[in-house]
Amino acid sequence: MNAPTIWIILPAIIAILLMFIPSQRILSLLGGTTSAILAAAAQFVPIGEAFTIGAFSLKIDSSLSILGRMLLIKPEEGALLALIYGAAALWFFGAEASKTASKLVPFGMLITTFMVASIAVEPFLFAALFIEMAALLAVPMLTSIHQPPGKGIIRFLIYQTLAMPFLLLSGWLLAGVEASPGDLALAAQSASILGLGFAFLFAIFPLYNWIPMLLEEAPPYTVGFLLWLFPAITVIFAAGFIDRFSWLRSSPQLPITLQLAGAIMVVTGGLWAAFQTHIGRIMAYGSVLETGLSLLALSLNLKTGIPILFLLLPARALAFAVWALALTIFKEHSESMRFSSVRGMLRTYPFASAGLVLASLSTSGFPLLAGFPARLALSDFLARTSLSTALWMGFGIIGMFITSFRMLAVLSMADEYTGWGVNENWLQGLMLGLGTIGLFILGLFPQIVQYFLASLPGMFEHLAQ
Amino acid sequence: MSFSPLWLVVGLLVFTSVGIMLARDWRWSVIFLAIQYLGVFILALQHWPISMATVKITAGWMSVTILSMTRSNLPDETTNNSDLLPQSRFFRLIAAGFVGLITAAGTPQVDVMMADAGMAVTAGSLLLIGMGLLHLGVTDQVLEVIIGLMTVISGFEILYTAVESSILVAALLAIVNLGLALAGSYLMIASNSHKMETT
Repeated sequence: MNAPTIWIILPAIIAILLMFIPSQRILSLLGGTTSAILAAAAQFVPIGEAFTIGAFSLKIDSSLSILGRMLLIKPEEGALLALIYGAAALWFFGAEASKTASKLVPFGMLITTFMVASIAVEPFLFAALFIEMAALLAVPMLTSIHQPPGKGIIRFLIYQTLAMPFLLLSGWLLAGVEASPGDLALAAQSASILGLGFAFLFAIFPLYNWIPMLLEEAPPYTVGFLLWLFPAITVIFAAGFIDRFSWLRSSPQLPITLQLAGAIMVVTGGLWAAFQTHIGRIMAYGSVLETGLSLLALSLNLKTGIPILFLLLPARALAFAVWALALTIFKEHSESMRFSSVRGMLRTYPFASAGLVLASLSTSGFPLLAGFPARLALSDFLARTSLSTALWMGFGIIGMFITSFRMLAVLSMADEYTGWGVNENWLQGLMLGLGTIGLFILGLFPQIVQYFLASLPGMFEHLAQ
Repeated sequence: MSFSPLWLVVGLLVFTSVGIMLARDWRWSVIFLAIQYLGVFILALQHWPISMATVKITAGWMSVTILSMTRSNLPDETTNNSDLLPQSRFFRLIAAGFVGLITAAGTPQVDVMMADAGMAVTAGSLLLIGMGLLHLGVTDQVLEVIIGLMTVISGFEILYTAVESSILVAALLAIVNLGLALAGSYLMIASNSHKMETT
């Protein structure tokens, strides 16, 4: 038995089998339970070491050879797998409440396995191919065969596909730069191609126009899942690039470029969100802001930046799950997701309203909520490196704050004699309630996730040193 | 510089990629795309053994078949959502000419950068990448977008054969091509779902 079979091939087979199950509830439970078991196994079962279960002695090998190359899951990556499958379990358990289980669970699990394969494949450059395949699988997940697709999905497909050739080529060129570090022209060319590849993949300004479009036209819960998973894996892939190429790691231009890109993402994400009147588009810009924060974390001294980067991931997963579920409820019960349509719905959908506002506040780094600890650490270290960038980050976050309070104001503007009532079903109320409590727990006790995150920087050979 | 027969293949790629740009009937577009994969196969042969290069043409033609079969089952009249995008053939021809000029200017430098892949190989690759990107810029129809993406990927694949000969990469790129065709077919059916329901 080997780790890639357990955490890539097995869940992929389960995902394909899940496509034949019609019941939303069974799908949600099976998908969530499978992911939770995989997460627990990744956290507690040692990879590459012998261990005993009763009278049996077992050893899980870390590699699997495929077509002359290798899928390799290192022992240090166990915690990352636990994080990925743990967050996937959270999304799959909530899928029934959002009525998207029939698509999200099978396709989502298959996409997750491709993303895990992208982390495991050696040479790591081939990750771009697995990410592209995951993007292709996202097409049927995001669209219905009975409805014409919007422009957002087409742009998503174009941008994700264009990223792949740039990244594969840049990887080959970077190896050349490593061999002859004096060739500045080659270094500049490969860095430009690498930058373009990641600009497409991360959806860096101005290439993120598909995100708001997608949140307008596709089910918010499935889009939310992608807006968590894709950037999370991409940022680990990007960190892998920095880890493996010493000239890139030591380049003085890299932190400046990352800071600039991150600051632009945070500022445009926050400010654009502040002027939106569509609650779906606000989440889209929240995602842009989150990606910007990840880039800012990568721009820091890597010993401090990488732990902050990993601290951002669980908060993003939880906040986006709550946000997306709340949006799903509003989309189902109001004419549209515009302010004019959701006005006053706090009294009729209190759980969804609270979830929506708290998730956006968490994204803007409101104290006591999940996003706060990571943003506090990030702004602290960023201010020591570049005060101006920290101030720009502050502008973006203020924009997000403003839009969170605007949403609260709009949702609570009910007619005077409208009565209070709970119109969410029990499952939606339960999932939103648990998610909201989770946001507070992660905000109040961030050390809980440290148990999982502490060993994660060890997966990079050089960055954590 | 001696004339290499490979330049005839580049000429074939010019013909097919410009043909794809100018074609108004989907049937011509997929025919040009199928011929284009023949050119891609011949250029890939310069660096890969025939057993591996065959994967390119097989996956390419399978993708073309998937797209054609799906499109042929859809109603012929298409709604034109591209009013804001340039449709004139003359404009597209001029734009294609610019891509050709940029390709001619950039080929020597890129050839050096890409481990001397060969001028014809590099020129063919850059031409397809450029024409594919141009095609993506002037359309928002699903079939044309997919053909544009497949053209870009084909161009990249030619260049990548010079630097990477892994079987896994060949297999994964073939899967990506087929995946693009399947995603395109899915989106085409979805685009026409309301028409199919009314007929």
